[in-house]
Amino acid sequence: MTTVTETARRGAADTRRRAGRRRRAVALAFALPALLLLGALVVYPVLFSVGRSFFDASGTRFVGGGNYVEMFRDPATLRAVRNSTVWVVVAPTLLTALGLILAVLVERIRWAAAFKLLLFLPMAVSFLAAGIIFRLAYEEDPDKGVLNAAVVGVHDLFEDGASYPGARAREGGDVRRTGDGAYETTAAVSPGGTALPLGLVGVRPAEVPPEARPAAAAAAGKPGPGELRGVVYLDFTPGGGGRPGAVDAAERGLPGLAVEAVRDGRAVATATTGADGAFRFDGLEEGGAYTVRLPAENFAEPFGGVSWLGPALVTPAIIGAYLWIWTGFAMVLIGAGLSALPRDALEAARIDGANEWQVFRRITVPLLAPVLTVVFVTLVINVMKVFDLIYIIAPGPVQQDATVLATQMWLVSFGGGNDQGLGSALSVLLLLLVVPAMVFNVRRFRRSQS
Amino acid sequence: MTATAPVLVEPASPAPLAPPPPRPRRRRLRRLLGNGLVQAFLLVVGLVWITPVAGLLLSSLRSAQDSASSGWWTALADPGQLSFANYAALLDDAGMTRAFWNTVLISVPTTVLVVALAALAGYAFAWLEFPGRDWLFLLVVALLVVPVQVGLLPVAKLFGQLGLFGTIPGVVLFHVAYGLPFAVFLLRNYFAEMPREMLEAARMDGGGEWRVFVHLVIPVGRPALASLAIFQFLWVWNDMLVALLFADSSSQPLTVELQSQVRQFGSNIDVLAPGAFLSLVVPVVVFLAFQRHFVQGVMAGSVK
Repeated sequence: MTTVTETARRGAADTRRRAGRRRRAVALAFALPALLLLGALVVYPVLFSVGRSFFDASGTRFVGGGNYVEMFRDPATLRAVRNSTVWVVVAPTLLTALGLILAVLVERIRWAAAFKLLLFLPMAVSFLAAGIIFRLAYEEDPDKGVLNAAVVGVHDLFEDGASYPGARAREGGDVRRTGDGAYETTAAVSPGGTALPLGLVGVRPAEVPPEARPAAAAAAGKPGPGELRGVVYLDFTPGGGGRPGAVDAAERGLPGLAVEAVRDGRAVATATTGADGAFRFDGLEEGGAYTVRLPAENFAEPFGGVSWLGPALVTPAIIGAYLWIWTGFAMVLIGAGLSALPRDALEAARIDGANEWQVFRRITVPLLAPVLTVVFVTLVINVMKVFDLIYIIAPGPVQQDATVLATQMWLVSFGGGNDQGLGSALSVLLLLLVVPAMVFNVRRFRRSQS
Repeated sequence: MTATAPVLVEPASPAPLAPPPPRPRRRRLRRLLGNGLVQAFLLVVGLVWITPVAGLLLSSLRSAQDSASSGWWTALADPGQLSFANYAALLDDAGMTRAFWNTVLISVPTTVLVVALAALAGYAFAWLEFPGRDWLFLLVVALLVVPVQVGLLPVAKLFGQLGLFGTIPGVVLFHVAYGLPFAVFLLRNYFAEMPREMLEAARMDGGGEWRVFVHLVIPVGRPALASLAIFQFLWVWNDMLVALLFADSSSQPLTVELQSQVRQFGSNIDVLAPGAFLSLVVPVVVFLAFQRHFVQGVMAGSVK
């Protein structure tokens, strides 16, 4: 009897065990394809890269930490480390701040949905397309790049002085060039007498402003006592027939030039030429010796905009493009957190007379802190991997100045450098930098499970 | 009244000299004025956001000569500059059209594979028992943030040995592997929310795990699967880095084809601008069509 029940029990346990084994096999069959791919193409490469990073370029000689030392010695990789630091500090901070401000403001308008849609749209666009978009916007020629067109427009709004970059005086005339690019009268002049003609050449007719009028009338004007008059004109008669050094009937004045009356090396009076090129100084000392000067800025090249993609500004410029892509993301995520805030706390504060800034500073931001942290950490992880945008926007010669870890890893391993040891070390560094985020994710996950 | 306001007051100041609350009318006026400022500010921000894309669109419709001599904004005053000639030329360009189809041939299979494999694994991690399950899932969570760069070199070597280097299947496999951690993570968490009784009932009705998976888990998981599919599709459609390494000239997608033309930037805006616009039109249409899913997908996927 006992043996029978024993056998039966053992049999039941057997079936159960067999069923359990079967269940486990089925479960593994479900998970296996994914696990195999992850193992072969993610886990194994991580281990391989770590190992490879201890070998030299050819992969035959063990160099220990040599590649990691080299990373901070080689100027190119060192620049990549520095630029990456700038990216990681600046971009997430700006994005979180911008996202927060916009999320708070957008709640007050009726077209919030449309605004959010518009700002989120760049998230759907590839870095390549965004790169081309901004390469176009950052074009240095203000006739092509929209940003410089705007910058030059604003600049000219505030600095409306005309400029004649090619203008110069005739050799051996009454006016000579000084060391700093200005022009001044060779002989001393005194108030009274006749009007002083200052002839310039080298201005193409197209460069003369359309409002310019003939200078002859002004050149014939008589100065009063204590007054110094003169005219700056283009000493060139279109079609020929003019006399050098004299104001002929067809010759036009040059408007918008700054003129200074200088005494003992100091500018005592300033004036701007009118449409006929005339200028006058009042209240000068009768009989005093003055020099009339045309300062160098009259002849400066016109402002041509900012060199956005030059070595100095290329990183900030690319960060700008990155902001364009990610601000919508930060705004929407923070906005979601915002709408989950307890409305009564905000309302109570408002009823108690707190102004909007106080509500924002003392209630909204502290309550949003967890969301802001998540946004910031997410952005740090993503900023670390930025590659395409730099690869596309930075023009060839400036690529070295814009390089970050991800692009440098590419250049060193595949882009001509062909040092896979150093390349592996750079990729391992990238991995090490995201380890805190890894720990953050794992911790957050375990907390959500318990 | 002051009793309920301690949050606003610096703890250090014992007797806050709160200004008297403004009269309701003045307050309303100020709010109205403030609101006007907010609207104006956001309008400017919106304009700043839309200008670069408008620039690309208008540039793509202008001739090379126009682009070389003046800015795209001159077309606003002179719409006669605009024509579809560049797009017509693009469609006649064999390299571009092949690159476009390569992009499709890479993105669609990747999306299908990632969603299928991740759904299977996600279900296993959520509801099936196997040795090392919890430990393996923590590994998946850890792999979420592994940068693609770490995989480039070793996988290139591996694919070289397997004959996958420079082929579309190679590009697809790499994308699938690096898409899986997030996909498994997302779906496992979604499936784990399903009520246990529902699953037990389905198992009682007979039919193995496969039946339960196909007839219950997949239909219930539809929203998460859709978000994942859209996110994954856009991710791969927009990729340049992976294809730059793993694809050759016959298998390269649109992004890589365009990238190779960026070197002559300035002289070829009539090719680059319409090409870039073509490459962004598909994601934008997908985005507008599946807005809700897309935003959810990106939000969830941002941990990558």
